Amino acid sequence: MSAKIRKAPNPNKWTFAESILTFIPGNKTFRSMRSRNARRGVMFILPFIIGFLVFMIRPLANSFMMSFHDVTMVSGGGTNWRFIGFDNYKYAFGVDPYFNQYLVEEIPRMAINAVATLVLSFVIAVILNQEFKGRTVARAIFFLPVILSSGVLPGIESQNEFYNMMQGISDAVANSSGVNLSASLQSLLSVSGVGSGVFSILFQMIDAIYDIVMASGIQIIVMLSGLQTISPSLYEAADVEGCTAWEAFWKITFPMVSPLLLVNAIYTIIDFFMKNDNKVMERINELWQRIEFGHVSAMNWIYFGVAILFIGISTVIISRGVQHYED
Amino acid sequence: MKTNQAAAAVQTKAPVRHKASRSYIMKARAKHITISVLRGLLIFGLCFMIIQPLITRFSTSLMAEKDLYDSTIVVLPRNPTLDNYMHVATLTNFPKSMINTLWASLLVSVLQAVSCTLVGYGFARYDFPLKKFWFACVVALIVIPPQTIQTSLYTFFARFDIFGIFTLITGSPLNLRSSVAPYALMSLTCMGLKDGLYIYMLRQYFRGIPKSLEEAAYVDGCNTLHTFAKIMLPDAIPTIASCFLFSFVWQWTDLFYTRNFLTTSYRPFYATEMSTMVSRMSRYFSADANNPVIVSAARQQQLISIAVLFCCIPLVILYCFTQRTFVQSIAMSGSKE
Repeated sequence: MSAKIRKAPNPNKWTFAESILTFIPGNKTFRSMRSRNARRGVMFILPFIIGFLVFMIRPLANSFMMSFHDVTMVSGGGTNWRFIGFDNYKYAFGVDPYFNQYLVEEIPRMAINAVATLVLSFVIAVILNQEFKGRTVARAIFFLPVILSSGVLPGIESQNEFYNMMQGISDAVANSSGVNLSASLQSLLSVSGVGSGVFSILFQMIDAIYDIVMASGIQIIVMLSGLQTISPSLYEAADVEGCTAWEAFWKITFPMVSPLLLVNAIYTIIDFFMKNDNKVMERINELWQRIEFGHVSAMNWIYFGVAILFIGISTVIISRGVQHYED
Repeated sequence: MKTNQAAAAVQTKAPVRHKASRSYIMKARAKHITISVLRGLLIFGLCFMIIQPLITRFSTSLMAEKDLYDSTIVVLPRNPTLDNYMHVATLTNFPKSMINTLWASLLVSVLQAVSCTLVGYGFARYDFPLKKFWFACVVALIVIPPQTIQTSLYTFFARFDIFGIFTLITGSPLNLRSSVAPYALMSLTCMGLKDGLYIYMLRQYFRGIPKSLEEAAYVDGCNTLHTFAKIMLPDAIPTIASCFLFSFVWQWTDLFYTRNFLTTSYRPFYATEMSTMVSRMSRYFSADANNPVIVSAARQQQLISIAVLFCCIPLVILYCFTQRTFVQSIAMSGSKE
């Protein structure tokens, strides 16, 4: 009797043979319930598979090839490719007057803004999760930036020369008259001998608060959703055991939502990298409109590489400090 | 916990309980009030910062040109006028471009919602070979900036062909760039704007629904599609709606795909019209086409603000009616990983 018991296949693993046989009719594996379900699943995600192969892998490979070629437009919409090795990359780093400079300028700014966005969205989410009058309205307003800072909108005004001019004037006025609160505070603190490097970063964050708030709509919602999944009984238990609110925050709230920090970090980094008002992006678009496809591809790949590097670093840092819970 | 302490204090120090409890209540109240005030200030300040540009834009939009140069005018216009709206409407090809944008956004977001729901359900409920790999691809889709592939997509759609079929039939590849087809194709196959995010959201949502619901349906003789349509879909409507709204909003303001895939001469889109309106201003304001006037930078800025306002207003109205869906559904999909 016991000899008849066949070992059931491991429900989580597909052997190579099984995965092939699942899609070939007329064998035992094909007729099994598991294979039937697998085929249904594949049917459901088929649009994605096709799309990913046709509209992602193919163009990605194409653009990677393009970055090693000199691509010129031929009349009739076609393109002419000529292999030039690493020349496009050399152009991006050595010849192009702006790309390097913008890259160096933008990356620290984005790094600082990303950190600030993470912190701010967490703090705001914690506040919006509390009970107070007008909470619904406040939530609605904090989510407005998702609309107001999407697509073409954030860049369109800063690209205007007048805006830049006015920005310059107001900066100059602020510097001369001492109205600029953060600058005067900064000088005060640096006189008092507190580590000026840390403070300059902090003040950079404060000066960019508008950008940061406008960029943190989704992150606030993600954090808020995380906070709402924490069961109130945890806090009750902590309360009974004599835990202060501050301790409860660090021992319950923070560990419970910390996995979401990673999601938020990745989202924030991508968001900042792809914004229209980013100088590197502007430069790439400018070249793109001049149909320098080879240069554009090379720059895009460099930029993408930097983005991936950033995401990798932040993933490593955050996942070190994150508690993992199985749900 | 504070109530416990207070209770303990009351029990142990019966004679001084009045004093003890009063000071406790007073401290608690003071703390409570301080926190509320600080929180109120912080929330109000940040909310004001978000709302303020909208208010400024609105007030500037009513100013006549000479008000712009008058430094005594900050918010309230001295010579209120509605002419600016007319100018912007003409400059951005208003009703036509808005209708095109509306139609494209609706089409794209409906297609995205449908395809992402199917894919999200597939990922949440079925086990198939290479599932982890394909899900990693979804994450890659979120991570890869579309700019990386813009050039090759551009040439791909300019000379669209499937295995040379169209070249065989018509003699030349199709140019799809001047139609909505690239949009439709890409959103149908989940490759549109931020589709990775929607797939992720919907997968999270479907994973949260108990499996026994479907099992019951299967036992009662429902087939796969029936179960999906009758059991799973009705519950998922709010999440799907929020994906739809997200993609609608992001599509509405998108410049990237519009600029790459749609030639402006064919169909004016609001986002593209808005980004190029400055270049058309001088010719528009001059009476005589050979003698263009120079439009001052302040005036340009004002008109752009109005265009931005035009762009935002439908979205803000939409948002006012649907913000519950927006906020709640993300909370429901509880992106816990």
